[in-house]
Amino acid sequence: MYTLKFDEDLCRTCPTCDCLVKCQYMDLEADQAKHEIMKIFRGEDSFVLQDCVTCYGCEEYCRRGNHPFYLITERREQKGILTAPRAISRQWINIGEPRGKYKLGEIKEKVLSLGFMPELLDLVQGKLFEDVLPSYVFGQEFFCNVVYIHFADTSIIKERLPIVLDNFRKLAVKEVICMHDECYGAFTSLAPAFGMEIPFKPIHYFEYLYGRLHDLANEIRPLRIKAAYQRPCSSRLSSHTHHFVRDILEFIGVELIEREYEDENALCCGDIFGMNSGYELRHEIQTKNIDDMIEHGAEYCVFNCSNCQNALSDKVAKRGIKPIHIIDLCRIAIGEKPSAEVSWNE
Amino acid sequence: MSDIALQLAQIVGERFISKNPEEIFFYSRDPGLMPPHKPHYVVIPHTAEEIQQIVMVAQEAGIPIVPMGAGMSLTGLVIPLKGGIVIDMKRMNRILEVNERARYVIVEGGTSQGKLKAYLENHYPRLRHSLPDAPATATIAANTMIHGQGRLSQQYGFNSDMVTGLEVVLASGEICKIGSCGLSPYWFSKGAPLPDLSGLFLGWFGATGIITKIGLKLYPRKRMRDVEIFVTDLEDLVPDMVYELTHTEFVEDINVFAQPLPMIFKDNHHITLFITGDTDEELEFKRKMVWGCLGQFIKSKDGGFMSIPPVMKPTLLDMPQRSVSRFADVKKGGGFEYSGPIIAVERYPECSRKVMELASEYDLSYSAMARIIGRSHCMMFGFAFTFNRADPDMMERTRKALEEVSEFAIELGGVFWKPTVNEQRLAIDKMNAGAKNLMKMIKENLDPQGIMNPGNWEVH
Repeated sequence: MYTLKFDEDLCRTCPTCDCLVKCQYMDLEADQAKHEIMKIFRGEDSFVLQDCVTCYGCEEYCRRGNHPFYLITERREQKGILTAPRAISRQWINIGEPRGKYKLGEIKEKVLSLGFMPELLDLVQGKLFEDVLPSYVFGQEFFCNVVYIHFADTSIIKERLPIVLDNFRKLAVKEVICMHDECYGAFTSLAPAFGMEIPFKPIHYFEYLYGRLHDLANEIRPLRIKAAYQRPCSSRLSSHTHHFVRDILEFIGVELIEREYEDENALCCGDIFGMNSGYELRHEIQTKNIDDMIEHGAEYCVFNCSNCQNALSDKVAKRGIKPIHIIDLCRIAIGEKPSAEVSWNE
Repeated sequence: MSDIALQLAQIVGERFISKNPEEIFFYSRDPGLMPPHKPHYVVIPHTAEEIQQIVMVAQEAGIPIVPMGAGMSLTGLVIPLKGGIVIDMKRMNRILEVNERARYVIVEGGTSQGKLKAYLENHYPRLRHSLPDAPATATIAANTMIHGQGRLSQQYGFNSDMVTGLEVVLASGEICKIGSCGLSPYWFSKGAPLPDLSGLFLGWFGATGIITKIGLKLYPRKRMRDVEIFVTDLEDLVPDMVYELTHTEFVEDINVFAQPLPMIFKDNHHITLFITGDTDEELEFKRKMVWGCLGQFIKSKDGGFMSIPPVMKPTLLDMPQRSVSRFADVKKGGGFEYSGPIIAVERYPECSRKVMELASEYDLSYSAMARIIGRSHCMMFGFAFTFNRADPDMMERTRKALEEVSEFAIELGGVFWKPTVNEQRLAIDKMNAGAKNLMKMIKENLDPQGIMNPGNWEVH
C-alpha cells in the first residue's frame, strides 16, 4: 500500500507556515496555521479540512517539500469529508476508468503523453512537434488520475496510477513529454510522495517547447502583444517549471503583463469551485481575475491547461480579451495557423 | 382501377393516389414495435376541400380513413389497423399567417416542425414555437393531436395547450372552425371565452376528425441561450430539485436523464436546464438564480453543476435534440421505442429504478428521460429501449419490457401518452365510468359509422 511521505518535523520547525498563511482562500496567521497543520497531521479535526477549496497552492507555498495538500487530501478521505458533491466525484472517476480505447502512435523512446485530454489532439501539430510525433499516447490507460485530489480521493489514484506507470513501462519508453501539468506533477511530485517509482524521465512540455522554439528561432516573428497568463492549479505541483512561461513568451515577443494575480498569487480558473461549491465563489474569483487582466492591459489571455481554457475562454472574450493556448501562440509565432480560431491582429 | 381509386384520383389527381404494394408497404408500419397493417389506398391531398371529398367517398363506401402526419409516433397511431385510406397530409404544408403582435401562427395540417422553425428564424427572429425533440419532419398538427411536449413545455404546458384554433373536417364531411376563428378573423383562442370544443379533437388521434388548419401560440425568442446540467446520485431528490428550479420561473426547459453510457453519464441523474436572455446580464442573472436555488443540495453534497465541455454544448443546445436519434441506433438495427407515461414528478424515483430493473431483466440498452411539463405539474417519463430490428428475440424482449412499463405506469398513477391500442384499452378499462360513457357518446356522434382511424379510442 502506498503511503504519503510526510515529515512532521519539517512542519513543527517551519518558521513561516506559508502553506496556510499564503492561502488565498483562507485567512490564517502563522501560529494558527502551524496549529492547524499539526492537528491535521495528528488526524484531528480542523476547519481547514472543511474550507480548503483545493487550489493546490499550498504544495507550492511550502518551501520544505512537505506536501501539505496531499496530507489534507489524505485526511479528508480518511474522515469522509467530501470536497465535491458525490455525483461530481463519481462522474470524474467514471470518465477516467480505463476502457481499452486508448490510442498509440508510433512509439519511440521519446513519447508525447496527451493523457486523456481530447483537446490536446488538435493542439499538438506542426513543426513544434515534428521531431517527436507520431510517437504519442492518449487515453485513460495513460491518464495520470491526479485530478482526483480535487475530490479528496487518493485511493483511486493509488489504485490507477501504478497501472498507468506499468502501461508506460510496457512501452519501454525512456522520456515522456507531459502535455499537461497534472501529468507532469503526477510523475515528479505525487508519485514520489507516495513512494511510486517512475520508469522514465518526465519532461514538461514547456521545456520541450522552449527547446523547439530555439531550434526554430529563425522562423519566429515577434508577436508584439500584451498577454496575461492563466496559471492552472496543477502548475503548483511543479512550480520549478513555471519560469518557462515567461521564458517562452519573451522568446516569441509577447509581453507578459505584470498583474496582481500572477505567479504565486495566481487565481484558479474557478471551474472546480463551481462544481464543488456553486456559483458565488466561482463568479467572485473569475471576476477578480478577469478584472485584473483588463486593468493591467492584457490583450490576450494565454492558457496552459485546456480545462482553464474551457472555463474562461468565453468569459475573457466577452470582456474583450482574446483567449489562446500557449501552444497556439507559439505556432502563430513561427508562422503556422493555430488549432483554434482566434482573431489575430498582426 | 377500382371505383374508389377512380373517385380518389378525381379528387387529388392520379399522381397523388397509390395502391402500389411498394408504397402501401411504407404506410403499413412505423419505426416502433406495432405489427404492420396495410391500407388499401394512400392519398396525398392538397386542400381541406379535397379532404372533405375524400371523407365523403369513405363514408359512402364505409371504409376507414387514417390521417397521417410524418408517422413518427412510434406507437402505431397511424398504422391503418382496419385498412382503408391513409390520408398523407404532407402536401398541406403552407404557413398561412403569422400575427406577430398577437404571437400566433396559422398553418395547414401537414406543416412540419422543421418548416415552421426555419420560417420563423428567417422571417420572425423574435418568435419561436415549442419545438418537440422529434425529427424535423414531424408535423405540428400531429404533435398537438398527441398532446406532444416541446422546448417550452415547462413554461407553458403541453404543446396542445398552445393551440389557438382548429379547422377540422368531420366524418360527416363538414368543415368546422373551432375557437375564436369560428366567428372572428383572429385565431387567438381555441376556446375561451366560448365553450372549448377543441377537446373533441385533440388527443383523439383523428378518431373524431381531421385537422386541416391549426393556430399555434408563438413565444419570445431570446437572443442567447445556454445550458447547465445538475447531477445527483440520489434519484429520490430529483423531484425536490425540479421543484426548486421551477419555482425560480427562470428556466426555459427542464429534462432529466439517466443512462449507462457514455461513462460520463453512468451512475447519476442529470437535470438538464436551459436558460435564455437578450443580454449577457439577463443570462447571467438567471444563471445565478438557478444555481442559487439548488445551493442547499450542493452544500449537502447531494448534487452539483457539472462542468460542460465546450465540445458537448452544441449537441445539448441543438434543437431538436439529435442525441435521441443516436440512441435509437445503439444496437445498430434501427429499432427504438419508448413508453412515455405522463406522471407526477414525485414518481421520478420509482420510474428511474424501474427502467434500470427492466433493462437488467430483459438485457436491453436503456435510456430514462423525463421532460418536465408546466411548473412541475407533471412530467413525461420516457422508458426508452433500443433494439435491433433484425433480432426477433431482442424485439420480443423489448415488447415484454414495454408491456411491463404500461402496467407499472398505470399502477403508479400515470396516464399513457400517445398510447398504443393496447394501452388505450387499459386506460379505458381504468377510466371513470362517467368519462368513459362521455367518450363513447362523443365518438358515436362524431363518427357514427366508425370510419375515423378505427381501432383507436374505441369504447365498447
